[in-house]
Amino acid sequence: MELFTNQVLAGIATGAIYACMALAVVMIYQAIDHLNFAQGEMAMFSTFISWQLMQWGIPYWAAFVLTLALSFVGGIAIERILFKPLAKAPILTNVAGFIALFAIINSSAGLIWDFTIKQYPTPFGSAPFLGSQLISTHQAGMIGVTVLLLLGLYFFFQYTKIGLAMRAAASVPESARLVGINTSWMIALGWGMASAIGSIAGMLIAPVVFLEPNMMGGVLIYGFAAAVLGGLTSPFGAVVGGFLVGVFENLAGTYIPGVGNELKLPIALALIISVLVVKPAGLFGRHIVKRV
Amino acid sequence: MTTLLNVKDLRAYYGQVQALHGLSFSLSEGSLTTLLGANGAGKTTTLRAICNMVRSTGGIEFDGKPLNHRSTESIVRFGIAHVPQGRGTFTTMTVEENLQLGAITRKDNAGIISDIERMYAHFPVLKQRHTQQAGTLSGGEQQMLAVARALMLRPRLMLLDEPSFGLAPLVVRDLFRILGKINREDKVSILVVEQNAQLALELADHAYVIETGRIVMSGNAKDIANNEEIRKSYLGY
Amino acid sequence: MSAAEDVVTEAPAVEAVPKRAMTLGTGTSLLVLAALLIMPVFVKNFIIFQMTMLLIYGLAVLALNILTGGSGQFSLGQSAFYAVGAYTTAVLMEHFNVNYALTLPIAGVVCFAFGFLFGQPALRLSGVYLALATFALATAMPQLLKLNFLEHWTGGVQGLVVTKPDAPFGLPMSQDMWLYYFTLVVVIAIYIFSVNLLRSRSGRAFMAIRDNEIAASAMGVDVALYKTLAFGVSAAVTGVAGSLGAIAVQFVAPDSYTITLAISLFLGMVVGGVGWLPGSIVGAAFIIFVPNIAEGISKGLSGAVFGVLLFLVIYLVPHGARQVAILGQQFAGKLRKN
Ligand SMILES: Nc1ncnc2c1ncn2[C@@H]1O[C@H](COP(=O)(O)OP(=O)(O)O)[C@@H](O)[C@H]1O
Ligand SMILES: [Mg+2]
Repeated sequence: MELFTNQVLAGIATGAIYACMALAVVMIYQAIDHLNFAQGEMAMFSTFISWQLMQWGIPYWAAFVLTLALSFVGGIAIERILFKPLAKAPILTNVAGFIALFAIINSSAGLIWDFTIKQYPTPFGSAPFLGSQLISTHQAGMIGVTVLLLLGLYFFFQYTKIGLAMRAAASVPESARLVGINTSWMIALGWGMASAIGSIAGMLIAPVVFLEPNMMGGVLIYGFAAAVLGGLTSPFGAVVGGFLVGVFENLAGTYIPGVGNELKLPIALALIISVLVVKPAGLFGRHIVKRV
Repeated sequence: MTTLLNVKDLRAYYGQVQALHGLSFSLSEGSLTTLLGANGAGKTTTLRAICNMVRSTGGIEFDGKPLNHRSTESIVRFGIAHVPQGRGTFTTMTVEENLQLGAITRKDNAGIISDIERMYAHFPVLKQRHTQQAGTLSGGEQQMLAVARALMLRPRLMLLDEPSFGLAPLVVRDLFRILGKINREDKVSILVVEQNAQLALELADHAYVIETGRIVMSGNAKDIANNEEIRKSYLGY
Repeated sequence: MSAAEDVVTEAPAVEAVPKRAMTLGTGTSLLVLAALLIMPVFVKNFIIFQMTMLLIYGLAVLALNILTGGSGQFSLGQSAFYAVGAYTTAVLMEHFNVNYALTLPIAGVVCFAFGFLFGQPALRLSGVYLALATFALATAMPQLLKLNFLEHWTGGVQGLVVTKPDAPFGLPMSQDMWLYYFTLVVVIAIYIFSVNLLRSRSGRAFMAIRDNEIAASAMGVDVALYKTLAFGVSAAVTGVAGSLGAIAVQFVAPDSYTITLAISLFLGMVVGGVGWLPGSIVGAAFIIFVPNIAEGISKGLSGAVFGVLLFLVIYLVPHGARQVAILGQQFAGKLRKN
């Protein structure tokens, strides 16, 4: 029982990473209706920018805020320059664009900052949290930030005009234009916000997984999985999904014999798929009724 | 009366297919005009062309200002509210959010709040359901919501695409009564597209009949309704 | 009335490609065939080997095209089917001394069964969900191939070495050239089979599902059957490509068949034109040669160069090589008129 509780706790701690990334995934999915495979790389690049700022002597929180702003603008710029021209192209062509963006960012980061792993500071410290060896204060801080972020997003989408406009543009674009919403800019805004949230995820994850150009590969996959499990349309679902995936992964590694580190990912994914087969819209997703 | 909307030689295309072949008509300020025609005549396309939702050529002037080459969302900001065919409800949002979206381009928050109350007075059923997901409303209720959403813009001109479609006759009467009232009391000019000619002619003061992308008949709504020959040959009743 | 009341037309995920437009005209086909037949006589062995790989990847892209372009289902798991085909051939040849040519149909059947079974749970999923499920398959496959209790057969992390076959009947040609012609025959046979499949009743059923699943089932198409069938056929063709790949490369190892391969095949399909079968070979050329070109332009930034080149291609021709072919056709038509 002790082992079980501990593994669940550890799962929640890693789950916070996935939850954070899943939030960014849901954000962009809401705005553009597909998954952005380059999102992890964007987050990684943002994290490197913050690291660079700190190297130049800027204190942590200033670098944090500056990176947030830069990532927001960067996300918008990527949409305006690279993806707006593809707005009328087929979906699969857009997916190819995400893969191209992935390659560009990954390779550029490698050239600028090289592939050696770097230490990344945490503002929360890394002492055991409340005496538990399994959760450090950093991980507790990460969970706290994720929850705050979730509350902030909830407020933004429910109670601000621009949040309402973004939701409308994502759900029925044509009607949104007919009430005067510039849907094209809403998409850009969605990219900006997703990029900013991704940068928060990156900066929180970096102390745990260390900073290097390939740091987000695995995290993004779990982030996708968490978002899909939670139902893609629900930021709340994404966060819950993140924690569940973290716990799943840990328990599978502990209790299923023969599962090494390598098989953890496929097993977690298989579990999620089983859930989806039973509940195709995810745990908290709206079921969209299809009619002819 | 001054002309509010003036459409000249409008041609519209879906890819290579031409759907409107040089259509001209006008609408005076404060009027309630109906555009009649059979299925596929080009009524929806006409409304879509006014809002630049389909590729078109020709002149469209609103209050003397040309609308061509403006984006749909900026045309809306001129005060043109379009209730599209099929209503365009934001089905996953609440009734009240749908109304707020109608006013999303406005800045006067107090005015918006009082307008929402005004809509609830026009359509009491919406008040009862204001926290409900709009997609769960019945067809008639969704049509009411669509009209209310359009009115939240405080439009000068409202375009309605077959508001009676799929509604029970009693509901249609109710809706048309409210449209008449809005036209008279709130001074909103209305262009309503209909297949249901009889009802539309009762409501409107001016009418155009459209056939395969051309205007074939226009005149005072009462005159057309009273002229059996026209009714038989163009409107089929 | 009420049925028509809420008409929601969903845009299909894959744009409709008319049936005729999925293939090449007879004249063009013969021209391409002649070029493919003559080419090896004039070039070095290494180039012949690359041409063989081009055909093999072309076949794998074609398989994805049948699935996505034909039935509208998306897969990031093609590398798994490719791996199963490759390992089937390697194990049969090296442990059981089965003739290489015989291993191809066996690999096809094994992969068909695998794909058909995988298609069952996939039935409930679509779009991003299916992408995730197939992605899981792709990431799991190399790990499964490394499992301890399979090591006796698979060779574990080390993999297996495959013997390259000599030309039969004492034909005077190099191993590479023989393998090229052998591959060419297999690829052409499967291409013709695929074209006919898509023109057949089943093909029409696939496309009806692609364009509108609900309408297709209303028309009496057994949606579940045909969707899993599409998975099975696609997996079988991919498996044969994997077999040929194992023979050509003379080696199978778990890490040759990662998600990177599946993503490459996907890019090949997009570049070639989704749903346009002849485009598969163009797409294959892209995924084989463009990374090399990128490396040539800049070693340190090869990934970025590749990404930029990919962006250029999708800006210029968002519908892939198919778009070029259509433009070419229109141009030829104009010339003829003048
Ligand atoms: N999206 C479209 N693509 C191609 N043709 C269309 C499209 N929408 C309408 N049309 C054609 O344009 C013509 C006019 O259609 P529409 O304006 O919808 O008619 P109405 O609203 O009067 O029933 C019809 O012949 C119709 O087939
Ligand atoms: Mg219509």
